[in-house]
Amino acid sequence: MTSAKAAPARPSAWTPWILPVLLIAGWQAASQLGLLSSRILPQPWAVAKAFWTLAASGELWVHLRTSLWRAISGFAIGAGLGLLLGLLTGSFRRAETLLDTTLQMVRNIPALALIPLVILWFGIDETAKLFLLAVGVFFPVYLNTFHGIRSADQGLIEMARSYGLSGWPLYRDVILPAALPSILVGVRFSLGLVWVLLIVAETISAQAGIGYMTMNAREFLQTDVVLVGILLYALLGKLADLLSRGMEKHFLRWNPAYR
Amino acid sequence: MNISTTLFDTGALPREGGAWTKVPVSASAPAKRQGVSVALEGLTKSFGTRTVLHDVKLELNAGEFVAVVGRSGCGKSTLLRAIAGLETAEQGSIAIGGGLGKIAASVRIMFQEARLLPWKSVLDNVAIGMPRSLNAAAATLATVGLADRADDWPAELSGGQRQRVALARALLHEPELLLLDEPLGALDALTRIEMQQLIESLWQARGFTAVLVTHDVQEAIALADRVVLIEDGRITLDLKVDLPRPRARGSVAFASLEQRLLGHILNHPPAAAIAAAA
Repeated sequence: MTSAKAAPARPSAWTPWILPVLLIAGWQAASQLGLLSSRILPQPWAVAKAFWTLAASGELWVHLRTSLWRAISGFAIGAGLGLLLGLLTGSFRRAETLLDTTLQMVRNIPALALIPLVILWFGIDETAKLFLLAVGVFFPVYLNTFHGIRSADQGLIEMARSYGLSGWPLYRDVILPAALPSILVGVRFSLGLVWVLLIVAETISAQAGIGYMTMNAREFLQTDVVLVGILLYALLGKLADLLSRGMEKHFLRWNPAYR
Repeated sequence: MNISTTLFDTGALPREGGAWTKVPVSASAPAKRQGVSVALEGLTKSFGTRTVLHDVKLELNAGEFVAVVGRSGCGKSTLLRAIAGLETAEQGSIAIGGGLGKIAASVRIMFQEARLLPWKSVLDNVAIGMPRSLNAAAATLATVGLADRADDWPAELSGGQRQRVALARALLHEPELLLLDEPLGALDALTRIEMQQLIESLWQARGFTAVLVTHDVQEAIALADRVVLIEDGRITLDLKVDLPRPRARGSVAFASLEQRLLGHILNHPPAAAIAAAA
């Protein structure tokens, strides 16, 4: 769609980065003035050097790839199932009566409370981690999908029916787009959650991954490597957020609130 | 429940792509009569214990423009929704086009809100239910004066423009019966008069039967051949409006009709209002 309207005046693209840069500068200054012991918090410069060493040796990429792979597959399984079941229970009363009570009960169990059981079931290999991620990510997507379908504007549905739409076309053209803003809220929330769960899953027991890297570094008192890991999580989280915002911007471009 | 669901062939064939791309909006053009007659018989409808329509009997001639007026909550919208097939009546029959039909393909309704799909472009909204007739949709959009907004989102339109899109959407289906459920209620006075003129000229050009539900007595007299007054779910007045078109709102005949109708409505306050006033 071409729009003749000029974009509204925006603050510079760098504005959001002022605060992080100031924080890092203050941190560097405090370390250099001896206010911060390097055992507690190494200098940013040391962290950057540790990052460089890890990147140059290739170790960093191995961990990063492992973590990313876990996050993506865990998210895909959990969010995919959540979307599917949410659509099902949202669209069919019978599916709701059959499934919703059970799902609501399971929902109230914190995913992390399952860790002992998961370890007993799957041991400490990949399956256990994926299971934890998928369970945690499932519910935000499921609940928001269900809610989105149920709160679709009845007036629009009535209109569409009276104009001859029914079945799949009605679903595709009216109900699904009406539920989409809510579904994307669930996706965004899940994308944030997936890192939290990943950190926990990887610190339990792992042979690779960012969580493993930081836990390992802690044992050797390598605070700089620990910080590299933490900062990596922050960056990945930001990246996930950008991704979900991009999806919102694309799929909800009809909505003035997302332009 | 004795509404028959048989749908007689009333000539309501889809007339896609017919010679109607540019309908001249002048009254001098030979009108293409595509209206149907409507007959309601003993229509009764209640929500819970509250009866909204009592044994309503109403006959509309093909191509006639009938306005239904009344206080809010009198049942006029329910009557319209029953004709549209959006409500099912407990008793009585609705015959559209001589045959007893539930909802014919050629009946279209315009709601108080435009009810456009916000995620579809204006043009796609007009073409809803007929996704293959985008050309006809563009032509219809032009007849309501919005040809240049085809690619915009509904959110970018004003309230009046949205209702014009909704009108185009209804007209694309070449309705034989157009039901208007207070479609102009939320518009400002000027836009409302413009819309009234647009609806009148399109009705004259196409000749569909029109039922307009409104609480605006002036609007009813400006547009309708007949004004039907509903009070407490019953038709209490059926007034023929025999004024030449286009109707001048300031004329003596117009004003006297308006007075008569208003007087009728105001002299029959609902029972609850009498009790409250006492």
